[in-house]
Amino acid sequence: MSLYRVGTSTCLFPEMPVITATGSVVGPREGQGPLGSLFDLAYRDTAAGETSWERGETRMLRQAVDIAMAKAGIADADVDFLLAGDLLNQIVSSSYAARDHDVPYLGLYGACSTMGEGLALAAFLVAGGFARNVVVCSSSHHDTAERQYRYPTEFGYQRVPTSQWTVTAAGAAVVGLSGRGPRIEAATVGRVQDFGVSDANDMGSAMAPAFADTVWRHLQDMSRKPEDYDIIFSGDLGRVGSAIADDLLGKKGLDIKALHRDTALMIYEMKPEVSSGASGCGCAASVFAAKIWADLASGALRRALLVPTGALHSPITCQQGESIPCVAHAVSLVGEGSRHTGEVRQ
Amino acid sequence: MTLIRAFLVGGALCAIAQGVVDSTKANPAVVMVSAVCAGAVLSGLGIYGPLVKLGGAGATIPLFGFGHALVTGMIEDAERAGLFGILTGGLRATAPALTAAVVFGYLMAVLFNPKG
Repeated sequence: MSLYRVGTSTCLFPEMPVITATGSVVGPREGQGPLGSLFDLAYRDTAAGETSWERGETRMLRQAVDIAMAKAGIADADVDFLLAGDLLNQIVSSSYAARDHDVPYLGLYGACSTMGEGLALAAFLVAGGFARNVVVCSSSHHDTAERQYRYPTEFGYQRVPTSQWTVTAAGAAVVGLSGRGPRIEAATVGRVQDFGVSDANDMGSAMAPAFADTVWRHLQDMSRKPEDYDIIFSGDLGRVGSAIADDLLGKKGLDIKALHRDTALMIYEMKPEVSSGASGCGCAASVFAAKIWADLASGALRRALLVPTGALHSPITCQQGESIPCVAHAVSLVGEGSRHTGEVRQ
Repeated sequence: MTLIRAFLVGGALCAIAQGVVDSTKANPAVVMVSAVCAGAVLSGLGIYGPLVKLGGAGATIPLFGFGHALVTGMIEDAERAGLFGILTGGLRATAPALTAAVVFGYLMAVLFNPKG
């Protein structure tokens, strides 16, 4: 059998899986943000017309999947796997959303890195010949995440200035073997990094080393320079974490400052309550679905590196004083019709 | 004049708590419990009593005032019923605040829904 790996951590797809369609559904604050008009659906109500925020999140995730599948022109019978993840205990939003689809389901937990994890896994499944179409999706919701990770919104606690604002959004993508659309060229699965940050209100600082490690490995493995990408997107490092990540890579001799965009700083108008940026696995997912995918499809971007980063702690471990283990996965995306420049080791 | 004194004393206590919230990584539970404990200790040392005389409601409302009420109640009952009063006085003196918290908390939860 051929082995399609390069370097220490990167998988290079001989036949590049195609992301044929995406769907995005967001809440009110996201709908009023700079990317507002790009999302498929924006709710004016944080509960998305449901009786609880949790039900609202499930609804948004389900709709993102429905929209992506409708755009791709496929039905349940055409989908071989549904990969879904969110931030709640037991990833319930994903599992409830999956109830409504007659599709084999795999739940993911990668915190904010979920969309990267999902796209990489979908590419493995499709490129490996195990699936015709895979639907990848993830969601987060500000108020359900506050209840889960910090304090219930009803409690009215003052937010800490470094804390990021969890995005209320869901994003979905259909990954297939053929069709039109941006392609997944390579994927670098990250390693867990933990440099001892234990403050759950400062996740950007905790995640920056994971981002830096994965980007560095990806570029080494692919024998590339940062300039080979039009943009390197991090998923939810926020303002503080992005600066740290750029510094860490600078120390390794990689200057990505000019190419680096953080999805956490793209989704909101910068107001004091969101000054550190956004977070949550719906952030990278919805920005990817609405903006990055569209730019690759239109040719505005030729090649982009999407690197969602996840803080893999739990509220319990944080209360026990444990530090935050973090991971980042890199997915190299190319516009339609692009060819490999990397070498595949046979 | 009473209002101004209450405002100044209550405001100063709030400012101290806000300072702790802003300058440390203490979570809300720690800040609130610390305020109750501080009120109790100051009351035991005889410092909080004069503050109540000066600031009235500005000093008696929770959370510093809650600690003060706990200790005052314990001392009162201890004087009347001996050591056993230490066990009963705290809750007796703070019963109004506890009952109000439960009743009004319940009412608010029933009447209103958070909008996010």
